[in-house]
Amino acid sequence: MYPSRFRYEAPRSIDEAVALLHQGDGEAKVLAGGQSLVPLLKLRFAAPELLVDINNLPGLDYHRADSDGTIRIGALCRHADLERSSILAARQPTMAAAARVIADPIVRNRGTLVGSLCHADPQGDWASVVTALGGYVTAQGANGRRNIPIAQFVTGPFQNALAYDEVAVEAVIPAPKGKVAGGYLKLERRVGDFATVGTAVAVETSGGVVTRAGIGLTGVGGSTINATDAAQALVGGALSADGISRAADLAAQAAQPRTDHRGSADYKRHIVRTFVARILTRVAESNERAA
Amino acid sequence: MSSLFEEIREPVEADVPVRRVSVTVNGVKRTAEVEPRLLLAHMLRQGLGLTGTHTGCDTSNCGACTVLLDGKAIKSCTMLAVQADGHEVTTVEGLAGPSELHPIQEGFKDEHGLQCGFCTPGMMLAAKALLDENPDPTEDEVRWALSGNLCRCTGYQNIVKSVLWAAKKLQSQSAS
Repeated sequence: MYPSRFRYEAPRSIDEAVALLHQGDGEAKVLAGGQSLVPLLKLRFAAPELLVDINNLPGLDYHRADSDGTIRIGALCRHADLERSSILAARQPTMAAAARVIADPIVRNRGTLVGSLCHADPQGDWASVVTALGGYVTAQGANGRRNIPIAQFVTGPFQNALAYDEVAVEAVIPAPKGKVAGGYLKLERRVGDFATVGTAVAVETSGGVVTRAGIGLTGVGGSTINATDAAQALVGGALSADGISRAADLAAQAAQPRTDHRGSADYKRHIVRTFVARILTRVAESNERAA
Repeated sequence: MSSLFEEIREPVEADVPVRRVSVTVNGVKRTAEVEPRLLLAHMLRQGLGLTGTHTGCDTSNCGACTVLLDGKAIKSCTMLAVQADGHEVTTVEGLAGPSELHPIQEGFKDEHGLQCGFCTPGMMLAAKALLDENPDPTEDEVRWALSGNLCRCTGYQNIVKSVLWAAKKLQSQSAS
C-alpha cells in the first residue's frame, strides 16, 4: 500500500514547523512517531497535501520531573522511553503501567505520547491516562503557546482542539499534592491489538484520605471517557471496600460500550468495574502495608 | 541514481517532487532520490534489492518488516524512506559475517526456529535489538521482545529457544 502523494518538509525549529502548517492552510499534517498516521496514509483515510515531519526538531525528546513534581513529556518522547523511565517508575505508577502496554515493543520505539493524544483514538491508552491525571497539552502556534486541558483537547473521536497551524509540543501532568498511587489495566485480545477495555486510575492520598482521584476509560465510548462521578466518590474518605465498590460501579455506569467483535457491551462494562476495583484494591492494600 | 526506484513509481509526471536521501544500510552509505511517500520497506526491497525484509500485513501489525534503525527495532512498513535520511539501517542481510552466520541465525537453524521462514527476518532483528540491550534475557523477556512479531507456523516455542540459544552463544563468544 502506498500513501497518496504529498509534499514533505522536515523543519529544524518549532517556529518553522508552525509557519509550514500555516502555509498548509488546513491541508497539512504533523508527522511525529507516525505509528497511527502512516497506516492511515497508506489506507488513504488521510491524504494531506503537506506532511510536516517534526522528528528533526531539537530538544523535544525529553521527559522530566520538575522540582515540584510536575511531569513534562516532550513531543518526541517515545513510548519506549517512558517504558524504561526511572522517573515514572518512581513517581507515576499510572503512566508507568500504561507505558508497558501501548501497542507492541517495536511500535513503542517510534510512537509518541503526545502524538497519541493528538490522534485522539477512542481506543488510545494515553488520553485516558492523562485524563485520569488531570493533565494538559501545551500547543505552540504563531501567537505563542497555550495550555489545553485534556478534557478540552480531545474533542471527539480522532479530533483534537489544535488549530490547523499549532504544534502540540508537550504534555504536562500537574504536580501531585498528596501521595501518588494508581495503575492502568488493559484487556486486549493479543499484544498490539486495540484495547477491548482500558482503565486508568490515579489517586492522591494524604494521611490515608483520598484528596484527588481521576478515572479515565479507554475503548468504551466514542471518545475517551472521564468518569468524574466515580472519581469524585472516592475523594474525602479512606479507600474502603465499600467505597471502592461504589466507585467501580459508577465507572461502569459512565462507560458507553458497544457490542462488537471484541465483546458485548455488558461484558465490557463488567471489565471496567473489575479493573477499577482491582487497581483501587491494590492501592488500598499497599497503603495498609505502608501504614 | 534517480532510476533506482522506478518500478514502484506510479507514472511519473514531470513535477513530482523527489528528495535526495542518504542512508547507511548494513554499513554501506546509499544515496537515492525518492518520492516522499515511499516507505522504508519498499526502498529496501525494490530500491536496494534487499528482499530479506518482508512486507507481511502492511499495517504495522505483524513485524515481518522489522529492521534496526540506529540499533532500535522498527517496522519499516510504517516509516517513510525520507525519514531514514542520515540514519543507519540494519536489515537481515547485515546480520551474517563474510563467511559465517550470525549466532542468532545459527540459533534459528539449530533450534528449528522457523518453518515457512516468512517472519524470520523480523524475528531475528527484534531478537538482535533485545540481545544488544540485554545479553542474558529470561524466557519472559524474549517473549516480551518478540510480542510485536507474528509467526503463524511455529507457535513461538522454537523461536524463543532459538533466541535463548543465541544469547548463550554470544555470551560464550564475548567471554572467550
